[in-house]
Amino acid sequence: MSAGIDLENVCCDFGTFRAVDNANVSIKPGEFFSFLGPSGCGKTTILRMVSGFIEPTEGAIKIGGKDVKGTRPNQRPTALIFQNLALFPLMPIWENISFGLEVRGVDKATRRARAEELLKLVDLPGAADKMVSQLSGGQKQRVAIARALAVEPSVMLLDEPLSALDLKLRQHMRAELRAIQKRTGVTFIYITHDQGEALAMSDRVGVMSQGRIQQIAAPRDIYDNPVNGFVASFVGENNIFEGDVGAVSGGMAGMTGAHGSFRAKVSPEAQGKALKLYVRPEHTVLSKTKAAENSVEMEVTEVAFEGAFISVHGVAAGGKRLSAEVKNDGVTVVPGVGEKVFASFDAARALLLPDANVRG
Amino acid sequence: MQDLLRRYGTGLTTIFCLMVAFWILVLIVLPNFSMLFESFFPYLPVSELDGPKDVFTLQNYEKVLANPIETNWFGIPITIPIHVSTFVDTVFFSALVTFMTLVLAYPLAYFLAKVASPKSIPTLLLLLFIPMWVSEALRAFAWYIILTFNGPLNALLKGLGLIDQGIRWQNGIFTSYDAIVIVLTYCYVLFMLFPIYTAITSLDTNQIEAAEDLGSPWWRTHWRVIIPHAKPGIASGCVMVFMLSAGSLLVPTVVGSTKANWFPQTIYTWFNDALDWNTGAAYSMIFLLVCIMFVILAMRVFKVKLSDIAK
Repeated sequence: MSAGIDLENVCCDFGTFRAVDNANVSIKPGEFFSFLGPSGCGKTTILRMVSGFIEPTEGAIKIGGKDVKGTRPNQRPTALIFQNLALFPLMPIWENISFGLEVRGVDKATRRARAEELLKLVDLPGAADKMVSQLSGGQKQRVAIARALAVEPSVMLLDEPLSALDLKLRQHMRAELRAIQKRTGVTFIYITHDQGEALAMSDRVGVMSQGRIQQIAAPRDIYDNPVNGFVASFVGENNIFEGDVGAVSGGMAGMTGAHGSFRAKVSPEAQGKALKLYVRPEHTVLSKTKAAENSVEMEVTEVAFEGAFISVHGVAAGGKRLSAEVKNDGVTVVPGVGEKVFASFDAARALLLPDANVRG
Repeated sequence: MQDLLRRYGTGLTTIFCLMVAFWILVLIVLPNFSMLFESFFPYLPVSELDGPKDVFTLQNYEKVLANPIETNWFGIPITIPIHVSTFVDTVFFSALVTFMTLVLAYPLAYFLAKVASPKSIPTLLLLLFIPMWVSEALRAFAWYIILTFNGPLNALLKGLGLIDQGIRWQNGIFTSYDAIVIVLTYCYVLFMLFPIYTAITSLDTNQIEAAEDLGSPWWRTHWRVIIPHAKPGIASGCVMVFMLSAGSLLVPTVVGSTKANWFPQTIYTWFNDALDWNTGAAYSMIFLLVCIMFVILAMRVFKVKLSDIAK
């Protein structure tokens, strides 16, 4: 039923602009895979190549092991959910949903029954005879999903389908999409620029920048062990330090720069490249006294209450901006604006990372 | 109205309203009522005007039913009043012209709206417009020359070895109206093209792609998604081309064969040759009425609302 997707050395050029550069990824059947990246990073191009609207300039795309080169979108076992949904406004909801079946020559009674069934699946019973314009944003979203599911695709392709919804609905639809994916077992390829969405929903995430896939890993790995500065910055906040990297021993290396000497983890792949030190604000601890290592003095400039945590921003020597997240547990002391504190971090939580992997 | 007042003030708004009222009342409603009025009175010498003979009558309308002739429609011989025959031919062949322009314009409109690269659109539109810069009379005469027995079309076909003998296009191959249909189609195809082009342009390309992604072959995408969306454009194009064709006097006069009579020519004869304006007015009224009824009927059949066309 569901099929795996393999991208092998896929490149896509628009004139002289290379939108996708040498993409290699193997998506397993039944996987929820997200492509995450800023707009213009090539993720939508990948989706359109898989659905068949664009042919790759180089490389091969395999769906269920079969090379789909030259196969038109209407012959591929994929269903695309468009960013603007692209529902047919002149057809009632049930005809929208059963359009793919109508194309396949299914008789009207069966189509109608299947549409009702799918409307139940997406939790929208009784909407069959309404028109698209009568539905709310979230309801349209469900209809688009039902319409795509009706053709029983092996692969569902979703192009930022939640971006038009408000926050509350978006969070609800995240869970809903995940549940539908689990229920149907269809491979989902999800495109988004919202890291929260990608991390929360996916089995694996591919982070993209400037046409290149930077890293493919499980959400937790992406966040905790980013392979480069771009990935680290795109999926979360960082305090970044620059300096000269010293000798490596036991996966750790020292760095000496304008803000003192630090020690941090370094991966074998990163060694020998220009590196910067990245540490997350939630791993940055504030204290009145200087810690044994990895400690920088800063003056607190802003204290922002976020609910579960308190975000403390400050400036270190040379105007270096730093931030730390203090748990709102009632025990940890929150410094006030203007106070001088030390921002420290555990060497095991800090990473020395190279810049993004982009074309020279 | 409130909006108009706020934006332009009382003075300008009054002028706008008066100008529109003048246009509608004096230039459209009044002449038509005058014609309608005149059509119910006999054509008399000046000396007998306002005399005992100058009374309300339907005799002008009855003239359309006079002079039965024997003719045949698609091989079926029938006897029918000559003017009714002309009338039916005019409506039928105008509908044919409408159909031909639709068949030509729809693919072209789709190509311009969704296939052609945006950069080439201005050039393509210019190429379509240039012939419209020449007056309709000259274009009709150009076609007269193209279609003559020793004209370029026959020369070309002979040169290509497609025909041995020249074809008398103006007498017609299928019917005696061939030449009129060809030239009217040429003259009015753009009136069909632009409303459809505008309608298709407003269609979200994602909808076409969504249909294809769901497995739809190209013809079904057109049938279920693009044509329903373009229907208001198609409808207004059809109404325009039909009314313009049915009302054309110049094209049938220039290229029509001796056997092809167009109803506006009949009306023209009453007005200009017989100088019987009353009968001419009666014929015009009948023609206007029946054409409007035909259009309304066609709109019913194709389930088009008047508000769709107005868009």
